[in-house]
Amino acid sequence: MSTESRDPIAKLREMETSRIGLYAVLLFGLVFYLFPVETAVMTMFKTQDAFIRTVPFAPPNADGFTLEALMTAWNTLRPGLINSMFMAIPATLLSALLGSLTAYGLTTLSWRGQVGVVVFIIAGIFIPYQAVLVPLAQFWYQILPDLLNGFVNTVFGFITGGNWTYPSRNGYLQLLQLSVTHAAYGIPICTLLFRSYYQSISDEMIEAARLDGATAFSIYKNIILPLSLPMFAVTLIYQFTQVYNDLLFALVLVNDPASQVATQRLAALTGGVVQSFNTTMAGAIVAALPTLLVYIFFGEQFAKGVAGET
Amino acid sequence: MREILKRLKTAGDTLRSAVRRDASDEQPVATDGGTETAVGNRRRDTLRNSLPVEWELLESSPFWLPPVLLAGFFVYGAILWNAVLSLTDFQGLGEPDYSSLDFSMYAQMASDGAFWQATQNTLVLLVVFTIFCLALGLLVAILIDQNIRFENTFRTIYLLPMALSFVVTATMWSWVYNARSGVFNQLLRVFNLEGLVITLLKPAAVNADVVQWLSWNTTALAAVIFALIWQFSGYAMVVFLAGLRAIPTEHYEAARVDGASTVRMYMRVIIPQLRASAVSASVVLMVFALKAFDFIYSLRGSQPGANMDILATMMYRVAFDSLQWAYGSAIAIVLFLLALLVIGPYLYSEYRRGEL
Repeated sequence: MSTESRDPIAKLREMETSRIGLYAVLLFGLVFYLFPVETAVMTMFKTQDAFIRTVPFAPPNADGFTLEALMTAWNTLRPGLINSMFMAIPATLLSALLGSLTAYGLTTLSWRGQVGVVVFIIAGIFIPYQAVLVPLAQFWYQILPDLLNGFVNTVFGFITGGNWTYPSRNGYLQLLQLSVTHAAYGIPICTLLFRSYYQSISDEMIEAARLDGATAFSIYKNIILPLSLPMFAVTLIYQFTQVYNDLLFALVLVNDPASQVATQRLAALTGGVVQSFNTTMAGAIVAALPTLLVYIFFGEQFAKGVAGET
Repeated sequence: MREILKRLKTAGDTLRSAVRRDASDEQPVATDGGTETAVGNRRRDTLRNSLPVEWELLESSPFWLPPVLLAGFFVYGAILWNAVLSLTDFQGLGEPDYSSLDFSMYAQMASDGAFWQATQNTLVLLVVFTIFCLALGLLVAILIDQNIRFENTFRTIYLLPMALSFVVTATMWSWVYNARSGVFNQLLRVFNLEGLVITLLKPAAVNADVVQWLSWNTTALAAVIFALIWQFSGYAMVVFLAGLRAIPTEHYEAARVDGASTVRMYMRVIIPQLRASAVSASVVLMVFALKAFDFIYSLRGSQPGANMDILATMMYRVAFDSLQWAYGSAIAIVLFLLALLVIGPYLYSEYRRGEL
């Protein structure tokens, strides 16, 4: 209880001890949030022998230091990293662009009932993906090839006598399917992020442009798009981490070993029967590297995306 | 008081106030985003007055209709299809037989012990994970809000685990929980507590000289929940921090003038105002928990036996490992309904408040 009559010096001293306590708790927090990362980094530089003998937190001793685990992990994961980029970058760009267009159409051009469409699409953020997994697999494995077959046979049937068959799925086709899937499921969250941003853009500007005879498309191109660049940064960064980090869709859609993405390769490394923790930890760090770098350089934008705010 | 007055503005706040200037005649209301509702309505009114509604619909549809159809097909189309598949007895080979639909998969589910166990685990995970994340996030947010130095550094590190994938964090935690040389057991050994923990937590039929966090039924789920709290409490922190920064400084001052202690001030004045933040954070956290598939799938790795199945992992196992696609679809429907139970009321209330 603080009272007015207290000695100001004593009060100050009390404040200082409470400040020290505050920083102590915050530092404990740092330890709590960093220790799994720290022990992973330390472990990846240790030889098999050293990591059994030393404390997990401690750096390797002189003869226990090795880069071998890191090299092994890097070589195992490198194809996966390339595949992940190949899949995640187009998916991210596409979902951000589509989200921006959707948000523009559902915010700036107002009509009755648009909130219903907004609720319809925003709800898509929250569905557990397990609820769409089996149909998704069915769609990519069977329905789409059948549709394409039917289409191609109808169009070219008279040339080939109806015997044209859709080429078998190869690895890169699976990655493309994964990319499209991620783009589609990214639309809801991207729409939400852009919509809350567009809602705060002044109407006067848009109304003035309309009165000058600007079309909806030219308003988007000349006013909205330039204004959305900061929001594009937020959305792209957030969405890239989400797509890159996903395992579930990749497990279902990519079964060609050559086209496995980084998370799949890491999961295989972790789930292996013989666990050599220095290699798996190195794998974790290598697989985390792209999103870690994004986070280190664009932490603020990432946080805004996470909080779903502008 | 002065500390609070000098409160650092986050980039988000600056942005928000900058773009809000067209509504500057309206005083920002702290409680529940009332300002934004007013702004939204006002905009709708002005535009509606200037243009016919049909024209707006026609003109705007090229922008939103294709993405909505695409996402709608993948989300709602797939869910409906999944519901139909759950009524077949599709085994993953050839075409599903749509001619005879019945609820046999749901009957099988009702008598499946593994399903009930997974449901129970899901509910425990949902509740415990969400409560602890909220509590920890709130505590950390309040501490960070005390006008501390290096605020950005603390915030960045607390949020760091969220940037990592489930597979990465699961890999790290499988090492932390490792029975022979993992961090936890080494710590226990340092404090000479290993024997005590083994006596307390060891399942009856097991013979063990080390704590096997991930393969004991008594500890596996708790281990999963603890690691998930580590990964996502930073999210709750960010949401609460935004909520705290939206509370006007006058509220702090008024409580101070009334002679309330810091604890009382937070308990009586500040925390009750964070209701909206708590609701939105808990909805998103529960959705994370329902989706925790990637984490458990990777954490389990090659250590079967321990019971840490949730509905999400069970669904995958049943559908894609055992190729019982119809049964998997049925489990997925239960999971979806559970998610609907969480998000339905939330979306409805957001809709009613004009937040969407």
